[in-house]
Amino acid sequence: MPFIPHTDDDVKAMLETIGVDSIEQLFDEIPKELRIDELKGVPEALSEMEITRLMRARSRQDGVPLCFIGAGAYEHHIPTAVWDIATRGEFYSAYTPYQAEASQGTLQVIYEYQSMITALTGLDTSNASLYDGASALAEASLMAVRSNRTAKSSRILLAAGVNPTYEKVAAAISGSQGLHFERLPLDKKSGTTNLAALQGDRQQAVALVVQQPSFFGTLEPMDKLTDWAHANGALLIAVVNPTSLAILKAPGAWGKNGADIACGEGQPLGVPLSSGGPYFGFMACKQVLVRQMPGRIVGRTSDVDGKPGFTLTLQAREQHIRRTKATSNICTNQGLMVTGATIYMSLLGHQGIARVARSSQAATARLAGLLSQIDGVSLLFDGAHFHEIVIGLDRPVAPVLDALAAQGILGGFDLSTHYPELGNALLVCATETKTDADLEAYQAALGNILAKGKTRCSG
Amino acid sequence: MSELPGELLYTEEHEWLRQEEDGSVTIGITDHAQAALGDLVYVELPEVGAELDAGDEMAVVESVKAASDVYAPVGGTVLEVNSDLADDPEKINSDPYGDGWIVRMQPNDLDESNTMDPDAYQELLDSLED
Repeated sequence: MPFIPHTDDDVKAMLETIGVDSIEQLFDEIPKELRIDELKGVPEALSEMEITRLMRARSRQDGVPLCFIGAGAYEHHIPTAVWDIATRGEFYSAYTPYQAEASQGTLQVIYEYQSMITALTGLDTSNASLYDGASALAEASLMAVRSNRTAKSSRILLAAGVNPTYEKVAAAISGSQGLHFERLPLDKKSGTTNLAALQGDRQQAVALVVQQPSFFGTLEPMDKLTDWAHANGALLIAVVNPTSLAILKAPGAWGKNGADIACGEGQPLGVPLSSGGPYFGFMACKQVLVRQMPGRIVGRTSDVDGKPGFTLTLQAREQHIRRTKATSNICTNQGLMVTGATIYMSLLGHQGIARVARSSQAATARLAGLLSQIDGVSLLFDGAHFHEIVIGLDRPVAPVLDALAAQGILGGFDLSTHYPELGNALLVCATETKTDADLEAYQAALGNILAKGKTRCSG
Repeated sequence: MSELPGELLYTEEHEWLRQEEDGSVTIGITDHAQAALGDLVYVELPEVGAELDAGDEMAVVESVKAASDVYAPVGGTVLEVNSDLADDPEKINSDPYGDGWIVRMQPNDLDESNTMDPDAYQELLDSLED
């Protein structure tokens, strides 16, 4: 489908038809104080040659470090076929197709994607994706408020193990619509939600958000938390890692009635780290909530001759029909990332993703064993883990990470900014991409750095 | 176009009201409205007990091609909603003045409602056809 912009004559003719003098006039209803004349801090345009040179220089800075940072984005092996297929001309577009008659292939890919997400989450319906995991949580929270009108509340409880960045994004997106988020305390022994604190909570909440595995890699008692939410008139929103769902219980099977909404970051499914994006968010829900779900949904139907076909469906929820009363101003999806993820899931299958999950979990467990042998390192939380662990250091984390980076190792995510109560805590991740030699290299480097510090202190 | 039921009141928003003997009013959308919307696939209903002012959004009717708000033609309290519409929204298409009713309300003051008699509504419909 070629993209053909309007010519000046086209624009003039259209403006004349609707009786408006300029395009600018179409935006008159936006109050002056909300409009921005110039984008500060955006530099002048560069030529193709200049930008290529700049980007080459930047990408050299990235180097090829040995990465042990997770914290929401995960380095997994991506079969070459994934992006080889996704970048074929037939697929290579970020654009969501409106015209069923011109985009059956793309629509079928999204339909298959939705089917795979429902299989992973154990829920009834999936949308065509959202921007990323953090904005997916914001949308899920807004959706919970729309769906749970009897609660007459806009209070959303967050388990202590919800990604702190997700909380910031969700508050920024939905705060102006009156939602407020409250953190539940962390049980410092297990690194999971403090259930006792929940028992004392008597104020009506519209939803409880729990991340599984938690931001610390620990496994929350999901059955208990889900049942608590439902017993207290709240919906249960699951923030989940899609890779982990191949080996953990699906959100749809949590507790007596299952999670109501599951969302999360889709990046682990075949999307490269790429310095932070583009990624994609996924969202699935129970059938009864589907009309409150934001974003596009592709449905399977049959044409006039009775042949199967695919089309966008339930569009009356959406902005181009419902205008200001739409469920959300999301009116697109992350089409290209979803295409990559669908191919990734197709190539690996359920068993393949389960192998990735188990290998990652095993690599992290081996790393935990190696690091805990180092003098000055402790493991912070007992209990089960997926593919991330929190270690405590005997000194501030940031200088240690700098020293590791100087040796080409990205040692993890410093938790002391977001969780000062945990002390010198470092979140570390090892996926299936890490060999025993990689893990041992990390152990040796960290051991040396911590030993050196000690010599200097005592000497 | 079929004849308008004579015992009903109508609004400019193509809703109808029927005054019941107990003082409540039953509200739905007109045959003209259902025909303009096309096959209905979903109806969002208010909660029983909700208190509405005249002009408040009362329900949403959704067809395959559009979704429209239904506004409360009169202020009052929602006594009952037609929960059959959850599974059979097409009842509004097949029987807009009967099984396709949407809400029963206890009106605050029916005289304040902005309604018209069947003749006036017929005139409005005729003017739309021109």
